[in-house]
Amino acid sequence: MIIHQLSVFLENKAGRLTEVLDALGKEHIKITALSIADTSEFGILRMLVSDPDKSRQILKERSFTVNITEVISIMTPNEAQYYAKALKILSDLDISIEYTYAFSIGQKSIVVMRCSNNELAIKALKEHEMELVRASDLYKI
Amino acid sequence: MNIWNAHFECMERNELRKIQTERLQETIERIYFNVPYYRHKMQEAGLGSESLQDAEDLHKFPFTTKQDLRDNYPFGLFAVPISEIVRIHASSGTTGKPTVVGYTRRDIVTWSEVMARTLTSAGANRNDFIHVAYGYGLFTGGLGLHYGGEKIGASVIPVSGGNTKRQLQLMEDFGSTVLACTPTYALFLAEAIEENNIDRNHLKLHTGVFGAEPWTENMRREIEEKLCIRAIDIYGLSEIIGPGVASECMLQDGLHINEDHFYPEIIDPDTLEVLPEGRTGELVFTTITKEGLPLIRYRTRDLTRLTYGKCRCGRTLVRMDKCLGRSDDMLIIRGVNLFPSQIESILLEMSEIKPHYQLIVDRINNLDTLELQVEVDEEFFQDKISQLQTLRQKIQNNLESTLGISIQVHLVEPKTLVRSEGKSQRVNDRRKY
Ligand SMILES: [Zn+2]
Repeated sequence: MIIHQLSVFLENKAGRLTEVLDALGKEHIKITALSIADTSEFGILRMLVSDPDKSRQILKERSFTVNITEVISIMTPNEAQYYAKALKILSDLDISIEYTYAFSIGQKSIVVMRCSNNELAIKALKEHEMELVRASDLYKI
Repeated sequence: MNIWNAHFECMERNELRKIQTERLQETIERIYFNVPYYRHKMQEAGLGSESLQDAEDLHKFPFTTKQDLRDNYPFGLFAVPISEIVRIHASSGTTGKPTVVGYTRRDIVTWSEVMARTLTSAGANRNDFIHVAYGYGLFTGGLGLHYGGEKIGASVIPVSGGNTKRQLQLMEDFGSTVLACTPTYALFLAEAIEENNIDRNHLKLHTGVFGAEPWTENMRREIEEKLCIRAIDIYGLSEIIGPGVASECMLQDGLHINEDHFYPEIIDPDTLEVLPEGRTGELVFTTITKEGLPLIRYRTRDLTRLTYGKCRCGRTLVRMDKCLGRSDDMLIIRGVNLFPSQIESILLEMSEIKPHYQLIVDRINNLDTLELQVEVDEEFFQDKISQLQTLRQKIQNNLESTLGISIQVHLVEPKTLVRSEGKSQRVNDRRKY
């Protein structure tokens, strides 16, 4: 249930994001989700891709600072209450969320989260019958 | 520990002084009659061809600076007819014309001799493979090491700079034992060895001889650990002869200056007074035996101090401290003196970053600003904004508390900084005076 997410350190410089996407695109890597967290001087690009290890190698060869981080993901109907419910389950257990992002497909939402304790989060969400997404399913979206 | 030329390297000081004086007298006479520029300078100072009774009288003589070499570009200070010159080297000037140096046949012999001493004091011998990754060409590094290596009978591999992949392959295939290059490039190679997953056990390196730029003790430790070698500091500058002016012995306790060829003095760079033993100041050299381009009291801009007295290795040659930096490299930021090597030293103490940085100095609204760009190390990058901000703040705090000036720290992507394969270009001074 743990999903390998690709994280890339980016300076806030024009063209760097394009370079990342170009490099992955040339090697036919599919990107399911993408989010950027940034400050005034640098940013972190986070992506769910079809082949995290290969993507990491591709970017490494182009001198990017890349890391693979573990995240979890749930699928809910795309109404805010479900997202809220998930957050509450976790906060009740004192599991903090380092960051989260979401996207929707049709009537469904996919929520990606990096928790302070991913294993515990998975267990708790399952117990509350939330639908967890597998990495293999995610890349097929 | 072997000594290449024990006669001169372990000579009693009185005897050495006698030889220095005799040879200096010859040099001064030759310069007086052969170099009009020097003759005029000496006459202006009230000096003649026989004004030197003892080596110590040198303090009466006028200094020579890089500007003098530029003013006499290219061959104006040569003391022999061009027909006697067998080699010319030049160092590129960051501003204006390059500095040109010429060698007679005997100068080349002298240079090989002092380089043979250097390599021997580093522990190299005829059984070694010396991997010369200094640039060959107008720069004196490559050929200096080359001739010294051949003189001691080692197998010299003249790889020259650049093409790191090939360097590593040759190092592995030929079994290089001694690496000669700049300390910056040594670190670069160490990283490349890691990145290419080369098994250190496949390499036979045991020693490195590094010079051509100032480097810190921290940097030495890092190189020694990463490459599993003993890192020896060697010193030289093309104006004096190139590498071979001074070198550490295996005890790594100061660099022995080849005093029978180069006479050192330490001066206060502001008052120009000669400083006593043990005081730090600008290193000044007079060439004792050089024929092609003899120089009197050449100001090196390097800051160091001298220690006389016999070394535990047996050499009696005076030792100079590892250079802190060139007074040219010294930045004055809002009145505070700062060497890039100090910053490097602080960065090396932090395990979360690699010592790859660039300093950008500017003047905004009449106020000096200092910006440090540091590369983010992949091993530490964990994709949390807060963690990177903490790191940035930590670097800034460490620098400010040690150096006492404020510095704007920015994290940058790796390898985006100028990663020179020769001299490091770590300071970008944009101030317009
Ligand atoms: Zn010694």
